[in-house]
Order: sequence, then C-alpha cells, then structure tokens
Amino acid sequence: MLNFPILSVTLFLPIIAAIVILLIPRHQEQPIRIIAAVATLISLMLSIIVFFNYDQSLGGIQFIEKIIWTPDLGVSYALGVDGISIPMLVLTTLIGFSAVFASWKIKERVKEFFVLLLILLTGVMGTFLTTDLFIFFLFYEVVVIPIYLMVIMWGSSKRVTKEYAGMKLTIYLLIGSAFLLIGIIMLFIQSYLAFGTPTMDIFALANLPFGTTFQIVVFALMAFGFGTLLSMFPFHAWSPDGYAGAPTAVSMIHAGVLKKIGGYGLIRIGIFILPVGAKVIAPIIAVLAIGNIIYAAFICLSQKDLKYIVGYSSVSHMGYVLIGVAALNLISLNGAIIMMFAHGVMAALFFALIGNLYEKSHTRNIDELGGLAHQMPKLATGLMIAGLASLGLPGLVNFVGEFTIFVGAFSTFKVLTILAVSGIIFTAVYILRTLGTVLFGPRKEEWDHLEDLQGVEMIPLLVLGAAIIIGGILPFGLIDLINSGVGSLIAQIGSMQMGGIL
Amino acid sequence: MDITLLSSEIFIAILGLLTLVLGLALPKKAKDLVGIIAVWGLIFILIEAIFSFGIEASLFNGVYMIDSYGSFFKILFIISAILVIMSAADYLVRFENRKTEFYSFMIFALLGMVIMAAANELITLYIGLELMAVSFYILTAYLLNDELSAEAGLKYLILGAVSSAILLFGISLVYAISGTTVISEIILNISLQPLLVAGIILLIAGFAFKISLIPFHMWAPDIYQGAPTPVTAFLAVASKAAAFAAMLRVFVIGLPIASFDWNFILAILAAITMIVGNLVALKQTNVKRMLAYSSIAQAGYILVGLIAFNVYGLKGVLFYSMLYVFSNIGAFAVATSVEVVAGSTDIKAFNSLGKRSPFMAAIMTVCLLSLAGIPPLAGFVGKFYLFAGVIQAGYLWLAFIGLIMSMISVYYYLNVAKAMYIGESQDVTPIIPSFSAQLALWTCLAATILIGVYPAPLTNLVQSAVTLFL
Repeated sequence: MLNFPILSVTLFLPIIAAIVILLIPRHQEQPIRIIAAVATLISLMLSIIVFFNYDQSLGGIQFIEKIIWTPDLGVSYALGVDGISIPMLVLTTLIGFSAVFASWKIKERVKEFFVLLLILLTGVMGTFLTTDLFIFFLFYEVVVIPIYLMVIMWGSSKRVTKEYAGMKLTIYLLIGSAFLLIGIIMLFIQSYLAFGTPTMDIFALANLPFGTTFQIVVFALMAFGFGTLLSMFPFHAWSPDGYAGAPTAVSMIHAGVLKKIGGYGLIRIGIFILPVGAKVIAPIIAVLAIGNIIYAAFICLSQKDLKYIVGYSSVSHMGYVLIGVAALNLISLNGAIIMMFAHGVMAALFFALIGNLYEKSHTRNIDELGGLAHQMPKLATGLMIAGLASLGLPGLVNFVGEFTIFVGAFSTFKVLTILAVSGIIFTAVYILRTLGTVLFGPRKEEWDHLEDLQGVEMIPLLVLGAAIIIGGILPFGLIDLINSGVGSLIAQIGSMQMGGIL
Repeated sequence: MDITLLSSEIFIAILGLLTLVLGLALPKKAKDLVGIIAVWGLIFILIEAIFSFGIEASLFNGVYMIDSYGSFFKILFIISAILVIMSAADYLVRFENRKTEFYSFMIFALLGMVIMAAANELITLYIGLELMAVSFYILTAYLLNDELSAEAGLKYLILGAVSSAILLFGISLVYAISGTTVISEIILNISLQPLLVAGIILLIAGFAFKISLIPFHMWAPDIYQGAPTPVTAFLAVASKAAAFAAMLRVFVIGLPIASFDWNFILAILAAITMIVGNLVALKQTNVKRMLAYSSIAQAGYILVGLIAFNVYGLKGVLFYSMLYVFSNIGAFAVATSVEVVAGSTDIKAFNSLGKRSPFMAAIMTVCLLSLAGIPPLAGFVGKFYLFAGVIQAGYLWLAFIGLIMSMISVYYYLNVAKAMYIGESQDVTPIIPSFSAQLALWTCLAATILIGVYPAPLTNLVQSAVTLFL
C-alpha cells in the first residue's frame, strides 16, 4: 500500500477509461456509460481514501510521486497533495462522478461525449495534483479544448448560439492563460539564471528570492490569468453565456471545479511563490471582488433564464472567494478554500437539476415554469438544498465558507467586507424569488406530464446533496484539513520571507 | 577526404536520378514501382542519416560541414519528404502520366535543402537554395490544366528569382567587405560600416522572402493555394525549415550581433508577421489558404528564436521546426485526402468530416491545435522554448504579442473543427484514405502527441544539434 501510486491511478483512470471507450463500437452505448461511471467511481473512492489517509499531524505535501521528465526544461512529473489540494481533488471526483450520471440520457454521439468528459476530468484533476508548474499549465489547458467541442456538439442555443458561447469561453480562457504563461516563463527564466539549470518545481521556485518589481509584475500577470478563469470582474463575461450554452455535465464541471483552478492557482502558485507581489496586488483584487459580488448579484435580479441566474450567481460567489484570497490571512484563506469546495458542490447540483428539468420541459424560463413542487417533489427538494446553500443558510456547507471569509477579511478590509456581506441580502432576494416562482405556487396543468427524478437521475442529487449537508453539519474534518494546508503554506512563506509578509 | 561522410547527399542524388530514369525506362504498368522505390530509398537514407548523427567533419576546407546541426535538419527534411510522398498517394492520379517525375523533383528539392543546411559557404548555400527553388518552381505548376496552379508556378518563378537576386546581392556585398564567402570566417574580417549594413539588410530581405515574413509574404498565399496540396505541404514545411537552417548559420556564426545589431529589425518583422499573419488568417474560408497564412504566422514564431539569440531561443528554432513538420504535414495530409474526395479545400468541404472519418477529423484537430500551441501537444513545448528564449533576451513585448496572437489563432483553427464536427453535409459517405496515407497520418498524430507529452528525447537531440553555436 505504501508504494501504490494512488494519485497517478486516480489521475489516469479516466484517461484509461477514455481509451477503452474508444475501442468499443459506437452503438454499444450502455457499456460506454458503465465504463465511464465505474472509472469515475473508483477515482472518487481513491480520492476519499486519500482524504482520510492524509496525515494531518505531519502536514505538508504527501503521497509524493516524482519522475524526472524533461531535464532541459526543468520539468518533472511530480504529484503530491496537501490540505489545500485534497478538498479540490475530492470536489473534482464528486462532481465528475455525478456528471456522468447527469449525462446518462445523452443520445447523440455517446462515445465522443464520454471520451471528452473523461479527458476533461483528468485535466482538471491534474492541475490539483501536480506540484510542477509546467505540468500544472499543461493540464490546465488540456481542459479548454474538450469543453469547446462539447459545447458546440451537445450545447443548447438560447439567448446566444452555442457556437458563440463556446468560442467566447474558449478565447477568454486562452487569452487569460497567455498572460499566465508569460508569468510562468518569467519564473522559469529566473530559476534558470539562479540555479544554472531551470526548475519548474513550485517549492523550489518558492525558495527563490525574487525582486519586488519582478514579483509584482508576475503576480499581476497571474492574477489576470487566474482571475479570468475565476470570472473576476470585469473578465467574467464568458461565464454566464458559456454555462448557458454548455451541456449539463460541462456546466457542472466548469462552474463546479474548473473555475476553482483559478482560486487554487492564486493561492498555491501566486501567493506561495510571490508573496510580496500578492501583498501589493491584493487590494486591487479585493475591490474587483466587490464588483463581482454586487454587480453580478444585481444582474441576477433581472434574469429570467435559470442557467443565467446560476451563472451570474456563481460569478457573484466567486467574489467571496476573491476577497478571501485578497485578505491574505490564515482565516480568510481557509474560508476561500472552503467556499470553493462549497460553491463547487452547490453549483454542480444546481446545474444537474436545471439540466434535468430542461431536458423534460424544454424551457428554462422562470416565468413559464411554476408550482413544480407538485409534480416533481424530489427535484424541488434538490433545488431547495442547492438554493438555500447558495444563500448561505447555516447548517449547509456554504455558510461555513462565507462566515469564515468574512471573519478573516474583516481584519484587512473593513469597508469592503461590509459591502461584501451585503451581497448575501441580494443573493437571498434572487434565490428565494426564483425558487418561489419555479417550485411553489399553484399547480400548473401544462407541467403535469413531467416525471420526477428517478433511477440514475437521483445519483447527482444524492451525492452532491449529501456533500452539502454533511459538509455543513460536520465541517470539522474538512476545516482541519484545509487549516493544516493553509497553515503550513503561510508558515513556509513567513519563514522564507524573513519577518513575515502576511 | 573521406567520401563516405557525404553518403546521404550522394544517395539522395542517386535516388533522384534513379527515379527519373526508371520513370522513363519502366513500362507503363510498372510505374507504380517508382513510388515504392522512392519511399523505401528515402527510408533507407533516413536510417543512414540517423546512424551517422553526431559525426563531425569539415569538408573542402570548411566549405561544407558535416555536424549535428546539419544532420538534425537533414533528418528533418528526409522525414518530411517521406511523409509528404506517402500522404500524396491518393492525390497522384491528378498528375496523370507525370507521376514519376514528381518523385524526382521532390528528391532534388530535398537534396537542395540538405545542402543548404550543411553549407558553410555562401555560394554553396546559394546553389542548394537554387536547386531547391527550381524544383519547386516546377512542382508548383505541376497541375498543368489547372489555371491556379499554372499561375502559382509563374508567380513563384518570378518572385523567387527576384528574391534570389536580392540575396545574391547581399552575399556579394558581404563578400566585398570581408573578402571571404566562408561563413565562419566572415566575422574575422568585417567591421561595422554602411556597406555591411546594406549587405545584412539585403540578406535579411532575401531570407525573409523564403520564410515568407510580412511584408515579404505576398507570394505565399496564392502559391500555397494554387500549388498541388502535397507540394504546398512540402513547401510550407521543409523549404521554410531549410531557409531557417541556412539563416541561423549565416547570422549566428557569420554575422553575430556583435557585428551589427540586426535582431531589432528582425523583432519588428516578427511582430508584424505574427500579428498580420494571424489576423488575416481569421478571415479565410479556404483551408489551404488559411494554412498558408497560418504558416506565415508560424514563421514569425520561429524567427523569435533567432531574435532571442540565446540557448533556449536557438533550441526553440530547431525544436519547433521539427514538430512543425509533423503538425503541419498532418494538417495538409488531411486536406489532401479531403480534396481528393470533395474536389476542393474550401471549409465547406470539411463539413461533417467528424462523421465521414472520425479518425481524420481527430488528426486535423490535434495537428491544428498543436500549431496553435495548445498543450499537451508538441507545439506548446516548442513555443515554450521560443518564448522562454526571447523573454530571457529582454524582448518581453514580443512574447506578449506572440502568445496572445497564438491564442487568437485558436479561433480560426477551431473554425475548422467546428465545420468538421457540427457542419452539415449532403455527402456522408465514409472517406477512407489509402494505406500509405493512413500510415503518414498516424505518424503525424503519434509524433505530435508524443513530442508534446514526452519532449525529452527531442530536447536531447536538439541539445546536441545546437552545440555548434555554443
């Protein structure tokens, strides 16, 4: 068990399953689905094993695997997880597993769909598992193209065409990643000049004493790159259109985990390697975060399309994560990571249920829907859980995140935090209004033909709903884990940057 | 002098003549044999070239060099010739009874390239260049009944001749000052003076023509579109790499920055090339023409490595040239197969290729994305090298332009993917290319992915090839 490469197996199971699926004839649709489900299930179980076997008393990076890959570029295939990446890993596998079931009813080109979905999952997981900057970037961009193909092939055109939505999303993310790549290359060159041979190892890079100007420039580049991915105001425009155009599984993964690569990258790479730069840029991020929270929440108030509501609300929620990151202290960073996890499961559940509803009713307009709790009580329960989590009801996991962020951020940004807290009110307004219109009220005859969730459709609800509730009632395991990760991150920064930056 | 050192060059020349003679001598039915001989002959020469990689020697008093650098490019040219000939298998019907000469001209062009990469003397370099160019003049106009092809051939002949004249003028000026045409001796005999500046600028213009830098690119789109598709592939990939190979030797060894700060001029050219090439490509509706503009932009990226003038930049040039062979020929090979069936390379001809041939659609997508520099494909590693070099050299602005433009290029590459996967087409009969074309396609796919995922073997090869400059 000790030498079992558990992270590599978790990471590459989906790719292996994708290859197996490629070899199956295309009309064998049921076996294709089952292979995808089994692969993601095993990945999920392995990630849970990692979660419980991580030794918090030891802390730091564990389950390390390292193979020298391309010495000339300083690249090694290095995997390892700590308290920051494990929650993200579990989040990915949870959502990946649910996404397979949310796409169970896909009818066209089943084979291609699951191949792309599994490649996408490996890409997302890879970014959280690796400790090498080059490999990180590699996995990060692996996800962009499958998403484009999935949007144009299985997406839906409503307000904007799916081609437009897909291209907008792709180009936004790629331009963001171009800035990120320049930042990475600048780090690469510095390490080459410092050591004589380059290195892309995040920990080795963090040990380098970079000049203040250099740190500010590179952190700014990264903040732009990761910020675009995290839909930081004003670079968020791709997000609502993209989610609306995307098929259910892509919306789930995109809103659920892909965005979180932005926040994760800011913490793991930005703050860790460039603490001085982070310190200088953070106030700007905090101000933009308020733009996210307030501006997106106001837009939500006037939306009619369910997917746009959730899309803009996820932009709004990312504002909390950003302000948590920008406050740069132990509590706020803890909160940011909990919030990423919480928002991930919540948004994925939302999109899974909306996708299911849309499949049956062919509309996402809240004015046309109504009183659905009569016909679809299970779906209504799911939407209630997701909605209440979204507005931060105590007892659900989002509350834990939001509360921690506000407590942490208040010590750094007083006024901004107060403004951020006001976002909760707007969230409550648009969420409750939406849920009220769609789920409650008099029974509408036209929707009597809708069937409630049944069979495999229940799985996303059960898995993600359970995560929301368990995370809310028993957050201790999760918080302790994250705390150990953030704690050691901050301790390392402090010891390196003599005098403690944070 | 050990004549075996030149064995690859000799074998290539013999193979070229052999295919020419066999084409005349063999009876009509047996003519297919010529193609087989050409491919197997090239494979044999490739193996020979790989085994002699690393041998260092200087021939004819330093006029002709046998070194890792030259061998690297030699291998590159032979691989591209093999891939192009194999992928052209279905296309050759269009050449009617001139099939066999096609092979000989390809092989003579190949010989010219090999000489260009190994020449350490300006006149020898020029002879190699002309051998290559003359073969291409003929190949470009090879579709005799096609107006576009004839026009392309004539255009290429006239413009190519002008550019050769400019290059030759540059060479003569450099010779006038330094009194030598041996590249490695030029630096010893020159000082900065107006005449030298004029010479260098003419050399830059001459080479810029061959690698189609903007504003010296006017010939490229028309000729790429008009020429037979396999010829276009060979022209876009190998002739460009040959020009780069010669350019690197001339500029890095013969006229290093110490003599005259030419790399700022190149930086401006590269920036214009990357911006305009990519922006114009956005509007193209013909895949071949789009690939022509994209290959103009690619030349801009590769030039960045020379501008950087340091280890990573120069390695980048070599690395990128090699992966460019696989990615670009892969894309052209799919275009060739589509053209054989649909009769055109208009983007509409690619509609629903995802259904007609999922395999070719996947290869096209992968190759184009590699050209765009999306990881984990080979193009990304190449760009990483190039832009790492140029950032180290202090040209941060050039890196910004290059990387942002390469992300924008994804737009037009994905447009092809969009046509292939969601475009509607009346004709949905499966497209099955011939066995040799399939083999070429598989090779391109495998190499593009493998170099991207595990670049170490190629980086080691490149490492030993650039020792020349260190």
